Amino acid sequence: MTTVEPRYAGRFRVVGTSPAHHDFVEKVKGSLHYAADWRLPGMLHGRIVRSPVPSARITGIDVRQARALPGVAAVLTAADVPSNAIVEMASGGLAELEVTMPVLAADRVRYAGEPVAVVAAATRQIADAAAELVAVDYEELPGVFDVTSALAEDSPLVHDVGNTLVSWQIRCGDAAAALAAADVVVEGEYRSQHVEHAYLEPEAGVGWLENGVLTLRVSTQVIEHAAAIARIIGLPQSKVRVIAAYMGGGFGGKEDMTVEPYLALLVWHTRRPVRMIWDRQESLVASTKRHPFIMRYKTGARADGTITAQQVEITGDAGAYPNLSPRVLFAAAACACGPYRVPDASITSRAVFTNNVPASAFRGFGAMQVVLGYEAQADALAERLGLSRTLVRERNFLAKGDLLPTGERLDTCVEVAQTMRRALALLGEPPAPSGPGKLVGRGLGCNRHPYGRTIWFRDRASAWLGLQADGTLLIRSGVTDLGAGQAASLCQIAAEVLGTPLDDVSIYIGDSALNPPAGGTFATRQLYMSGNAVLHAARELRERMSPVAADLLGVPPGELEFAGGRVRPDPAAGPGNPGVSISLAELAAACDQRAISTAHLSTWRAQAGSFDPRSGQGDTFPDYTYGTHAADVEVDTETGQVTVLRYAACHDVGRAINPMRVEGQIQGGAMQGLGYALTEDMGIEDGYVQAALFANYLIPNAQDFPDVLVDIVESGEGKGPLGARGIGEPPIGNVAATIASAIADATGVRPAELPMTPERVLRLLDERAAGTAGQEVRE
Amino acid sequence: MTRTPIVLSVNGTDHEVWVLPSDTLLDVLHDDLGLADVRYGCGEGVCGTCTVLLDGEPVNGCLILAVQAAGRPITTLRGLMGPGEAMHPLQECFLRRGASQCGFCTPGMVLTSLDLVRRYAGRGRPSREEIRYALVGNLCRCTGYTKILDAVQEYADLAVSGTGAERAPGVPPGVPPGVTAP
Repeated sequence: MTTVEPRYAGRFRVVGTSPAHHDFVEKVKGSLHYAADWRLPGMLHGRIVRSPVPSARITGIDVRQARALPGVAAVLTAADVPSNAIVEMASGGLAELEVTMPVLAADRVRYAGEPVAVVAAATRQIADAAAELVAVDYEELPGVFDVTSALAEDSPLVHDVGNTLVSWQIRCGDAAAALAAADVVVEGEYRSQHVEHAYLEPEAGVGWLENGVLTLRVSTQVIEHAAAIARIIGLPQSKVRVIAAYMGGGFGGKEDMTVEPYLALLVWHTRRPVRMIWDRQESLVASTKRHPFIMRYKTGARADGTITAQQVEITGDAGAYPNLSPRVLFAAAACACGPYRVPDASITSRAVFTNNVPASAFRGFGAMQVVLGYEAQADALAERLGLSRTLVRERNFLAKGDLLPTGERLDTCVEVAQTMRRALALLGEPPAPSGPGKLVGRGLGCNRHPYGRTIWFRDRASAWLGLQADGTLLIRSGVTDLGAGQAASLCQIAAEVLGTPLDDVSIYIGDSALNPPAGGTFATRQLYMSGNAVLHAARELRERMSPVAADLLGVPPGELEFAGGRVRPDPAAGPGNPGVSISLAELAAACDQRAISTAHLSTWRAQAGSFDPRSGQGDTFPDYTYGTHAADVEVDTETGQVTVLRYAACHDVGRAINPMRVEGQIQGGAMQGLGYALTEDMGIEDGYVQAALFANYLIPNAQDFPDVLVDIVESGEGKGPLGARGIGEPPIGNVAATIASAIADATGVRPAELPMTPERVLRLLDERAAGTAGQEVRE
Repeated sequence: MTRTPIVLSVNGTDHEVWVLPSDTLLDVLHDDLGLADVRYGCGEGVCGTCTVLLDGEPVNGCLILAVQAAGRPITTLRGLMGPGEAMHPLQECFLRRGASQCGFCTPGMVLTSLDLVRRYAGRGRPSREEIRYALVGNLCRCTGYTKILDAVQEYADLAVSGTGAERAPGVPPGVPPGVTAP
């Protein structure tokens, strides 16, 4: 959408600075109350009984002993759930199989960790003991634990309707013909692993009844789950309220419901407050994971490096239930060609059921796994043609006005080339090896990552702003805060427009009953969506109050400056009388006298569109954030150990609302990506999670990797407020590709499987020594 | 199970609490005494979100039984605060450097870092690599550590130059003295 920017928009006072906000202060003081920090009189403690096996028929559940334990208030099974179904339909019914997930398994379990019963008791110890006493008889059934087996004709079915949950295609031109006509064709197969979000705050919440309203205060990214909870319990939506505490991290893992339905059931049955906190080990085994992908790429190009065609086949392991897999695999397909022009493309992606723990949203959401694919292909192309890696990329970078394989035209600028130059520049001169047997190499990885929800969901966000009688400002927004400053950024935007000092802005968030809906915090959408909602609400409020101020100050309404808690004639509009001004409190009083409201609710709607799953053409995402990472690594050829020596990241964020937080997002995303690239793996074998202790799941610690150097490009062109682009998810995408590129540069062998552990790197080096490596097709 | 009374000396105040022999220090501080700055993160001693100073040294509250801590001085993050909610200089460094995102790891990070800088009192400051080493038991999933390291380095510099890093008014008696100004 095009809007004429008001004159004041070009001169920022608050936007572009990095103030420490209310939430920061509370966090540093240790006084913030997270979801587990809540206690109510008579509060019970909840505990889920989970299946210990990945595939079985439940032949009997005996809860008598558990119920008889003193202190036990409830032991509930499937029979106690009013509507025992969580219906996701993540593609909006566009393409996937209809499979519902039970809240509590009734007669069949499909993954190890699936909830079977739920207990509430007076103490945690009693709840634990009662959970042990729930006797469940399982008759084990054959399971299927990898996508290849799941797609075989004689595979056991995870659900009767079939193992292929969803299959997407995106087509443009004739990829087969273009590949046949290409000067060179490079092929590769790339594999990624199951990854855990590992937010430091485990899933937690407290529920209670208040005035007949089922109220849950939980760690969640999505308060809109109130509607699903109402369906499960059989209540009108107006009788369920979800409050989102500030989260101790989420990364997509708190986008689906976690504790909510179980808390709701226990509160509803016992009529008492209940707290539930998942053990870390429970979270490791049973919470959703990142989808492991198998990605097959075939890329055709002319001798000068111009890409002419690409075929991509992506298969993702959805695990036992749909969750958000249909949308994750859609994002993978929509982004499979990266920031490059591909005139003839054929992309398929599918999500396949297995008896593994369900995979769902995780920062990057399908669009991150494919970066390893398209960037390794770009490197392989450069190597094959004897061209530099940067030249091949520059030759193919998308530009504003170009078409994507979906037929969409890019309508904002593409500054990926600039991010590439800047990221490489940050690294400086290449380092020398530290000793014999050590090889150093430099790698890079560019990406195109969407921000905003899939377009066909017709996204919207609302925000309410109210100028108080004393001149302070109140914001109400249903936004949930992951710790990235979602709420704080909204304060900065409102303060910018209305001239309220930041300390005078208070924001109330994350309450489905009291806040206007903002949609969940996911898909890198809150700055884009709620940021726009707040910007427009603030502008509209300012426009409404301006005539009153203008009247008092004797200048035209368009010639006012709102700053420092006061309104005065805009010095930029002419000499005027700069000494005259009124406070926002005086303006509020004057508006009140004239019966002009100083509060305003604004709903911002994203652009609409539709996608045709048959033709593989249509609208996908509102816009993209582009960036490049670059790294120097050293490979120990004796051990296969990869040491990251330097790491740099650069993204075009359009406009940095709070540069320090932008930097923090990029550094944090890159660090998570380094774990994904090199150390993290749930290691699920036959349906059992091997990394079942936090000590076994290796997220980066302070010593593992170097500082992440950051450069920020501000093109001023994005679809978020004031030209911003989203930055929450994008920076995790580039990392694995960047490290793989650096390892290839150092050693001459190209890793294609994650994580790039010493064992895997050593095997590649051994294969090369044996003369079997260098083949671009694995297996 | 039988509860027994113990006295926990937390942030300079004695609390009599009735605990089970199996209760961890974390359980009692968080659930019984309501200290929200001591947090459950893993229960394995891996993540460090339950870090407190016991006898002035950082320990994982999830790996120590409450009865073991009886009568010994315990400092949580809140104990570093001065009158009127005044922040400790190290907390101010965290704030200034943007070293907190979700904030869940922050109390443990601050306490472990404070201990490190105190151990250097009178003999210079820890290097960035030494800070990294000291913080391996405090995981952060949000920041990528860079800004945390920046904050601790800034504080270590303050401590050496004596420009205000010594103020730790909430630290109870019995805790080894902090960094002192020259």
